[in-house]
Amino acid sequence: MPDLKKRPQPKKGVFSRLMKMLFSFYPKLVPITIICIIFSSIASSIPDMYIQKVVAIIVEALENDWNWNKASAEIIPMMIFLVMLYLLATVAITVYSQLMAVITQGFLNKMRQSMFHKMQNLPIRYFDTHKHGDIMSYYTNDIDALRQLISQGLPTLLRAGTVVIAVFFIMMYYSFWLTLLTIVGVIAMIAVSKFMGGGSAKYFLRQQKSLGDTEGYIQEIMNGQKVVKVFNHESVCQKDFDEINERLCQDSYRANAYANTLGPIVMNIGNILYVLIGVIGGLLVLNNVKNYSFSGSVLEVSIVVAFLNMTKQFTGNVNQVAQQVNAVVMALAGAERIFNVMDEIPETDEGYVTLVNAEISENGEVKETKKHTGQWAWKHPHQADGSVTYTPLKGDVRMFNVDFGYEEGKTVLHDVSVYAKPGQKIAFVGATGAGKTTITNLINRFYDIADGKIRYDGININKIKKSDLRRSLGLVLQETNLFTGSVLDNIRYGKLTATDEECIQAAKLAGADDFITRLPNGYQTELSGNGANLSQGQRQLIAIARAAVADPPVMILDEATSSIDTRTEAIVSAGMDQLMKGRTVFVIAHRLSTIRNANLIMVLDHGKVIEKGNHEELIAQKGNYYQLYTGAFELE
Amino acid sequence: MHILKRLLSCIREYKLPTILTLIFILGEAVIETLLPFITANLVTQIQESSPMNTILRTGIILTIMAVISMLCGGTAGFTASKAATGLSKNLRHDMFEKIQMYSFENIDKFSSSSLVTRMTTDITNVQMSFMMIIRMGLRSPLMFLFSTVMAFYMGGKLAMAFVVVIPVLVIGLGLISKYAMPAFHRVFRKYDKLNESIEENVRAMRVVKGFSREEYEKKKFSNAAEDIRKDFTKAEQIIALNTPLMQICLYFDMVFILFVGSKMAIIDRTIDIGHISAMLTYGVQILMALMFLSMIYVMVTMSVESAKRICEVLEEEPTLHNSEQSLELITDGTIEFENVSFKYSAQANKFALENINLTIPAGQTVGIIGGTGSSKSTLVQLIPRLYDVSEGSVKIGGVDVRNYDLTTLRDAVAMVLQKNVLFSGTIKENLRWGNAQATDQEIIEACKLAQADEFVESFPDKYDTHIEQGGTNVSGGQKQRLCIARALLKKPKILILDDSTSAVDTKTDALIRQGFREFIPETTKIIIAQRITSVQEADQIIVLDNGKISAIGTHEELLQSSHIYREVYEQQTHGGEE
Repeated sequence: MPDLKKRPQPKKGVFSRLMKMLFSFYPKLVPITIICIIFSSIASSIPDMYIQKVVAIIVEALENDWNWNKASAEIIPMMIFLVMLYLLATVAITVYSQLMAVITQGFLNKMRQSMFHKMQNLPIRYFDTHKHGDIMSYYTNDIDALRQLISQGLPTLLRAGTVVIAVFFIMMYYSFWLTLLTIVGVIAMIAVSKFMGGGSAKYFLRQQKSLGDTEGYIQEIMNGQKVVKVFNHESVCQKDFDEINERLCQDSYRANAYANTLGPIVMNIGNILYVLIGVIGGLLVLNNVKNYSFSGSVLEVSIVVAFLNMTKQFTGNVNQVAQQVNAVVMALAGAERIFNVMDEIPETDEGYVTLVNAEISENGEVKETKKHTGQWAWKHPHQADGSVTYTPLKGDVRMFNVDFGYEEGKTVLHDVSVYAKPGQKIAFVGATGAGKTTITNLINRFYDIADGKIRYDGININKIKKSDLRRSLGLVLQETNLFTGSVLDNIRYGKLTATDEECIQAAKLAGADDFITRLPNGYQTELSGNGANLSQGQRQLIAIARAAVADPPVMILDEATSSIDTRTEAIVSAGMDQLMKGRTVFVIAHRLSTIRNANLIMVLDHGKVIEKGNHEELIAQKGNYYQLYTGAFELE
Repeated sequence: MHILKRLLSCIREYKLPTILTLIFILGEAVIETLLPFITANLVTQIQESSPMNTILRTGIILTIMAVISMLCGGTAGFTASKAATGLSKNLRHDMFEKIQMYSFENIDKFSSSSLVTRMTTDITNVQMSFMMIIRMGLRSPLMFLFSTVMAFYMGGKLAMAFVVVIPVLVIGLGLISKYAMPAFHRVFRKYDKLNESIEENVRAMRVVKGFSREEYEKKKFSNAAEDIRKDFTKAEQIIALNTPLMQICLYFDMVFILFVGSKMAIIDRTIDIGHISAMLTYGVQILMALMFLSMIYVMVTMSVESAKRICEVLEEEPTLHNSEQSLELITDGTIEFENVSFKYSAQANKFALENINLTIPAGQTVGIIGGTGSSKSTLVQLIPRLYDVSEGSVKIGGVDVRNYDLTTLRDAVAMVLQKNVLFSGTIKENLRWGNAQATDQEIIEACKLAQADEFVESFPDKYDTHIEQGGTNVSGGQKQRLCIARALLKKPKILILDDSTSAVDTKTDALIRQGFREFIPETTKIIIAQRITSVQEADQIIVLDNGKISAIGTHEELLQSSHIYREVYEQQTHGGEE
């Protein structure tokens, strides 16, 4: 079928990798489950043989006018065996269905966790280059598809497959002719379901696409609903939407129609086959056609009767296998995407210089200590002679001739040098895309420089363990991201061991205490959906408090106050000044008034430093900064 | 019940396919139950070595029945999907239409993401269950009924097997569903939460890494995921009891029918082999029908939640209505606020705006300054009736805004929202939101005025540059300028900029305002800004504080009279007291 080829074909090896994982997670439970499934499947096929035997006895009894005692002598042992078999099968079914629940959820949990854990170790670049919606769909759609596969697909395949094989051999045991007939019928069924399934798969793909389009449109309009209203655009949007909606309806209609029709058609082919077996079987018996079979027995009515049931079972199970094919293909495609995430190269960290609590004696001698002293030092082991040196953490950050580009061949920063002495405030000014944020991305090693060097307290930052490097850098971004949890929890995110008092202290420092105490539940107020119940400025204040509680020697403020109004900013900036005291601070600000007191202002343009100096120097230069700063006044 | 009625009322033109489905399903079910009966005859005929013709005739009847059943089932498959997808189309249409009628207040009530879920996932759920109901909801009870009747009719004493099994199964399945459903409900809610927290983590990845909280996040996630695993496993284990229950009932039937059947056949001679085999088939059919019924029950109850959420959207009353007078002419852009007070909801105990009195002559430029939470945006949103006042009145051209036709009003008042969005499409398409008939020349002029022409021209595709969804491929400042141009194209009587140049540099900002003065002098301009420089040359500046007007005047006057204004000014020009 050409249509089938349009289905996403997962790479080879995905299935075996999935199986290997399944077995390694549950080395005992999975084999037990498989054995139980196979056993119960076989146990449910054997009765067909017994039905035949019982029927044969009845026929014999009727023909020879046996009394019940004589017949029951043969029937009762069979019945006992049957009951035993059924009891065992029920036990097996109970065991495997319960185990499947454990295995499925356990496996999904492990997949979810290892994907999430892996994700935490991926570099920022991964998140900058992948749509968040796509990443989310690994956790939702793909995991759901896997759930379908493991809890239903695989057991069905195993069970139905076993039954098909078992029934096939039983059929062969009785009669080749009737088996052949059944096989012909099944081939017809498979051909029809392949044809219909192909159509259905094609339209399901289309439906998926239309669904995506519709979802995208709805999302866009719902997010911009207020703009739609302001522009009286309701009817235009409605028209566009109706078009998309109609297309989705059509595609979804076709996809479902194929899928819905498949069932009755295949089932009735089964019914016709059933009739054919009856009629042809009957004819064969009547005409005493020579029977070929493993058992070598003559074709009798009892065999035909048993065959009727076997045909039903056979076709029913083939049908079940066919129905699972789509789900299996989809799940494997999902599994492949999940594996791709797991195979991503994680953020490497070859750093070995760590940050330790230190006691610094009067003569400048640094001693490592376990307890929290408020003083920190870089612990620098030297591989050459095995010695360890300690450098006090000061917050001296220097960049020398740094080049960088997010993509190869596209340089964003050219030859940038920045010297920040401990306690200095360095400001970056420039248009969007000038490379301000990029510089901060390099200091905390979200990205690695292409050329040049960056030194932190004289240490090459590549030698510093990333987690320790970032611990020493406080970060407040323009886009505030808060987490579900209380306000207090959110502030504590900066320092997990902080006491409530420390957190409140930090909030006071950031000027956030005032509004927090006015919230319905004060510091215990639960935030949800990225703090949707707070204004942007309030969120920003919490983010600043979060950075404050971490008490880092170096702070990076990337447009941290852009969404705070100037009056509130006045409150914040008092706190910020407190916060910045004794720290090295890198500031990116839109409002130039906030950076007037910086020790050094660097004006960036297209990734190059075009001017640098303090406010007075730059104003005196009457260059770019002067233009920016006085732009508005000049025009008056 | 009420929800059901509301949803079903959306079937509309798809009533016919729905009814056809039910009819065809009925046909299919009837034949399906007759099949084993006639097959039993066939078996008996074969067994009794009836003449060839009789056997063949029965065979042909059976084949015809199977073909009819196939046609019925197949057609029902088509009509069912027509009806179900049609219903979901209508639901989606109705919801979208309703949302278009919502006021800002209604929109605020539902978040946009919740509206998206309601229009996608929830509708898909309802579609699936509707299809299931019209296909299986009738079929299963019918099959159950017919099969039971046939079994009793044919099997006599043998049907006793079902008398025992059916109650056991019904009670068993009922109990399982009863315990499983709340468990699943709980688990799905937790599952949603888990996914939300993943999304939160992805979005905040810079914060996570910036604070080196990777391990902490892993632990947090592991705990939540582990919790879900436990609950999920429990819920699935309950549902998993279905299979053994079904099987043991089936096994009981088989043994009973075989044993009692053979006894009856041999001793009483009241039954023949064909009937025994038919009874076995009926047994399977009865059990399957019950199984399907319990499946439908579970599925329907699960989608009730979705149905409720859809109904909430459909039944939400828009809080803003077009006036009866519907004046369609706005004479000029004079704005008056008379004793205006406003709160976002009737229950709120605090007014967002209190006792506002203002007069803005047409053509004036008015600046509004105030801290976060001072209700600057709220104030201007009353002008194009994005919200209605709680007390007092807002007038444009001397007429209460509530007396204008809403479309006329909003066409005359162009508002650039603080949280503004561009839509996917070319720049031109986006700008034409302001005026669908705008010529290219008009578009360029508007862009020049908004200082957007220069950067648009620098794009390779210029005005045909494609804007990504959410406007992610232009910078914040560029987006703001495009939004201003879009508003300008309306040629409004009143132009409101709600902090719309915050990402634009001061020089460009000044150029935009200069353009306004020169090229659209008759338009009343209201500018909300953080930067004093953005408003200081305005004809009057309003200082808002905590929902009240704290001061009104020109820049010079306010420097004298308003300490708030002076404070902000000094802080911005001199970097605060140093």
